Order: sequence, then structure tokens, then C-alpha cells
Amino acid sequence: MIFVNGEPVDAGGEPTIRDVLLTLQIDPEAAGIAVAVDAEVARRGVWRTRTLPDGAHVEIVRAVQGG
Amino acid sequence: MTASAPLRIAGRSFTSRLLLGTGGFTRMETLGDVIDASQTELVTVAMRRIDPGAEGSFLDVITAKGVHVLPNTAGCFTARDAVLTAQLGREALGTEWVKLEVIGDERTLLPDAPELLLAAEQLVDDGFVVLPYTSDDPVLARRLEDVGCAAVMPLGSPIGSGRGIANPANLTLIVEAAGVPVILDAGVGTASDAALALELGCDGVLCASAISRATDPVAMAHAIRHAVLAGMLARGAGRIPRRTHARASSPLEGVPEFAE
Repeated sequence: MIFVNGEPVDAGGEPTIRDVLLTLQIDPEAAGIAVAVDAEVARRGVWRTRTLPDGAHVEIVRAVQGG
Repeated sequence: MTASAPLRIAGRSFTSRLLLGTGGFTRMETLGDVIDASQTELVTVAMRRIDPGAEGSFLDVITAKGVHVLPNTAGCFTARDAVLTAQLGREALGTEWVKLEVIGDERTLLPDAPELLLAAEQLVDDGFVVLPYTSDDPVLARRLEDVGCAAVMPLGSPIGSGRGIANPANLTLIVEAAGVPVILDAGVGTASDAALALELGCDGVLCASAISRATDPVAMAHAIRHAVLAGMLARGAGRIPRRTHARASSPLEGVPEFAE
């Protein structure tokens, strides 16, 4: 089990960041989104390869109105 | 400096001296119309958790208008969170520019000076073009410039308060000492506040609530655009000094004397 934006998500054993995005029906190719894993930015280039250990805390953000 | 002189921040030139915050608009169509009416070239966005079901139209509206995007770190209370949020903004939007906000508390939304300075230093070291939202404290503004910020963005009054420029004397001190552009951020309530900022020597104004929460946001965007231009023109024109006593503008000689 990992945590995405504060909610538990079951994306299978040792999912990649891309797997998690697809599980949540978020297009990994979409512009304007970014991912942090355990309080560090995970660059788009590692989304296919980087696996997430059990208990990982993932934040997926995008630009919204503000400021 | 003339009204047509471009605003230059970190080597990038802007014809418009009005920056637009995109918060508070209830309709995307209105935001698009406001971008047109304001003629802004730089708009802020916030970074928030994604809602997978939401439509992605917001960023599309901005990119379709061809304006630069300035991600902010609104909602951050610590340097750590602000730095990480800035890095997420850079990754998501492909820009090294960030409007740095580190807030002290929710009631006032005033900047947390030590955390702000710490975050600014770390982000400059990480290659960011940092535009910090700061208080109207001239010493803090200088410290932010000293650590390498590309501009300083002092508040006129608290975010969303619409109280205008509460301390014009402090703002003048900031402007006098600054070697980087000074952008008035927060507090603008209507067009005259924006004009005053430019008259006092600010290089630009950022408006969000003043426009987005106006009864007619598009009309207010027009008004503030013209106010910014008027403020620049007035500054260049050189205002008369304030006087305690009246000074007639009509000749005192040759006044007719009428028979009793």
C-alpha cells in the first residue's frame, strides 16, 4: 500500500510512478503535472522506472488558479 | 523612465507592468477576457493536489493567451514546503521563475520573514528566478535582494484586504534602496491604489482579488491597466510638491474692482 495525496492506493506490488498515475486514470503524458515521492521531486524522466516501496508517500500536483 | 519603458526582470522584458493573479475567478471565460483586458504578460498559478476527475481547461486558457506563467508557493508555512512546492512548479510548468510566498499565519497571511529569507536563499542557489512576496519592511526587502532575488514584491496591505497601500513611506524607502524591480503585491482594492504604487516608484503591480472579485472583473482589469499607465506617466511628469497653504493659479494682478 502506498499513499497518494494523503489517500491509500493499491497499485499492485512495487508499482512505478507511471503505474500509479495510470491506476488513478491520470495521463502520464499530460502537461502541467508534477510528482513528489517522500518529499522529493521525482522528475518526469524517472516515472517509468522508479518503483515505489510499500508505505511511500506520493504527492501529485498540477497548476490551479491562484496567487 | 517613460511610461513605455519595458519592465525588465531577470533579463526578460515585459511591455505590461501589470501582473495578474488568477485566483478567485468563478468562470474560465472571465479569466480569458481579463487577460485580454489587462494586457498582462505574466500570470500566477498555484500548485495543488490533482483532482483526476477535473477538466484541464485552466492551464489551456493561459497557454492559449500566450502569457508567461509564474507558479507560486501559496499555502506554504515553512521554507521546506515552499522550496519543494517551487521545485514541483518548475517540474510541472518548465519555468525556473517562482513567486515565493511563505506565510506566517492564516489570519493575516503576512509573510514569515525568517522562513521567507531561508527559502529565497535556497531557491536562488538552486537556480530559480525568485520573486518573493514580502512585507513592507525595507530591511527585509534589502536582505531578499542581497541573497539574489530577481525582484521584491512588498505588500501594500494584507492579501485580499483591498486596503491599498497602508504605509506609503515604507514603500518609498524600499523603492529608493532597491537595485531590483519592486512589484507591489497584495492589498490593491481599486485602480487608484495601482496608480499610487507606480507614482511612488514601484516598477509594477500584481493584482488578483481586486480584479477577480470586482463586480465586473473585465471592467476592473481595463481600469487597473489604465491606472498603471497613468501612474507611470504621472511619475515621469513630476508631481507638484504638497503645500500647507493655497497657491493661486490665476493671476493676482489685474483683478477688476467693481463700484459699490
